[in-house]
Amino acid sequence: MWELSKDTGLAEKEMRVTFRETLECLMGENKKVLAFEADLGGASHFAKIKATYPDNFVQMGISEANMVGVAATTSMRGFVPFIHTFSPFASRRVADQVYLTGAYAQNTLNIFGSDPGICAAANGGTHTTFEDIALYRAIPEVQVFAPADNVQLEWLIKEVTNRKGVHYIRANRKAVSRIYQEGSTFEIGKGNVIRQGTDVLLLTMGVLVREALDAAEELEKEGISVEVIDMFTIKPLDKELILREMRGKKLVVTFENHNIINGLGSAVAEVMADAGSGIPLKRMGVMDRFGQVGSFDFLKEEYGLTKAHVKHVVYEFMK
Amino acid sequence: MDTEEVNELKVLSAKMRVELLKMLKRRTYGHLGGSMSIIEVLSTLYGKHLKHDPLNPNWDDRDYLVLSKGHSGPGLYAALAVNGYFEKEILGSLNEGGTSLPSHPDRILTPGIDATTGSLGQGTSVAAGLGYALRLEKASQYVYLIVGDGELNEGQCWEAFQFIAHNKLNHVIVLIDENKRQLDGFTVDILNPFDIQEKMIAFGFHTMKVDGGSELEISNAIDEAKKIEDQAVCIVLDTVKGQGIPYFEEMVDNHSVKFCEQDYQAVDHAIQKLQDFIQKAGA
Ligand SMILES: Cc1ncc(C[n+]2csc(CCOP(=O)(O)OP(=O)(O)O)c2C)c(N)n1
Ligand SMILES: [Mg+2]
Repeated sequence: MWELSKDTGLAEKEMRVTFRETLECLMGENKKVLAFEADLGGASHFAKIKATYPDNFVQMGISEANMVGVAATTSMRGFVPFIHTFSPFASRRVADQVYLTGAYAQNTLNIFGSDPGICAAANGGTHTTFEDIALYRAIPEVQVFAPADNVQLEWLIKEVTNRKGVHYIRANRKAVSRIYQEGSTFEIGKGNVIRQGTDVLLLTMGVLVREALDAAEELEKEGISVEVIDMFTIKPLDKELILREMRGKKLVVTFENHNIINGLGSAVAEVMADAGSGIPLKRMGVMDRFGQVGSFDFLKEEYGLTKAHVKHVVYEFMK
Repeated sequence: MDTEEVNELKVLSAKMRVELLKMLKRRTYGHLGGSMSIIEVLSTLYGKHLKHDPLNPNWDDRDYLVLSKGHSGPGLYAALAVNGYFEKEILGSLNEGGTSLPSHPDRILTPGIDATTGSLGQGTSVAAGLGYALRLEKASQYVYLIVGDGELNEGQCWEAFQFIAHNKLNHVIVLIDENKRQLDGFTVDILNPFDIQEKMIAFGFHTMKVDGGSELEISNAIDEAKKIEDQAVCIVLDTVKGQGIPYFEEMVDNHSVKFCEQDYQAVDHAIQKLQDFIQKAGA
């Protein structure tokens, strides 16, 4: 069971700190949990694990494809591998290795692709990943997650540790807004209705959840009632929830830090179309463009990922 | 090269360091270590060996420079600005929204940039591709490839090297910045590279190793490399990460520095010293 956090500010802890601490906690209980790094241990803080659990930390050097192959294969001997690198290298750069040595060979691999989409900020267009969900959604049996905050991330890491298969977790390294109450639990394959509403259904995930909630709150004041779903598991997708909650709505909006092609928006569109819903859908996200350098706030504006953009889309439709 | 020519290159290096430091100081952070260690090779290339025209960056007969270790973009931007590709003021826009100077080089955005890099390893194939195309065209120009020692962890580098060596692409001059460090620490501790020179020899390259802080040694090696006709060539640059400023050379983690108060002082001090040097040289 989950509950929303009363404190809605920025979390004190960075997401990478939660990731590392959760892994260390798991390593304390299970010697088979391994953390692999490809020379970004300073960026992920995974390098600190070397001091706490030296046998559970594997430094691969700058060789992401090799890391995927090595890590996934340790699962043949019962290890539980987690790997980290920036999301472009955790997806585009290693897609075939994840496909074959990971998913197809039925090995286990937990992937932390950090700083997805506009979270790449100063690293710029070469490091921006608007297509990681697209790539991984299309590989059978791979599960794709975009946790909204530290609480959800911690729960997710613990949950996938007990599961076999390939899990891709895209998350910011830096601190994000609090969404959930400490100790909340979730379910893989289940979305969370984090705000009730009657006119519009807004589905989002990851770093945009707070933005979506803020937009919904402001729209409420204007007389438009918006229901918000945190769809942190993009695959497997909670189809039932979408079909149930879209009923009676005038508009469905998806809002994602990802290309509108084959991300959350596409996934929701597929469900709606298959059901012959006939309800209008607006897919908000990156309009099939490349990334670029700039601050997170600049990029949010540039790619139309602010609450103001959500409000505008909803207004335009509802007026 | 006579003493005067060497001194001119030293002044060029100093000018580039000044611009690099100012740029990162303004930004408050950046990839300092790996930018500093390529300053001498860049000044030797732009000041002497590279066939290029800042007023016509897309000149068809130019030599190409591929900075495969793309995170050292700021070092290259300093070189381009000092050599007249664009106004030095533009350096202040590094990483800002809408800039033509993103953290990693982008051939579509920046005059003088020939290769889009940042995903380590990929630039080696870019250099191989350029070299191969030029060979097909029977063109005479050179491709200079700068690759990091940590970057050599990437298998793609060795795929490209095999291709370059097999095809005897002697107009692709491979320059390895052996500063002995990568992001998480020393290369020997992360993934032991063993003897890079020996490795390159084993891969079929005519390989030299020189002091990467010496414009003279680098220049002489490039002269020698150009004499090699039926073999791939490689120059291993023995460098120091953070090269040229003891304070940063000694810094434990100087890969990407977020400046603190003490760092700013070191930057100011270094800029002052470099400017004095430039002034004394009468340039
Ligand atoms: C494919 C890829 N993986 C990881 C990174 C992140 N990264 C940027 S620089 C760096 C270390 C590079 O070390 P080295 O090549 O030795 O560069 P230098 O010491 O000259 O800075 C890493 C891991 C990247 N840019 N590309
Ligand atoms: Mg290095």
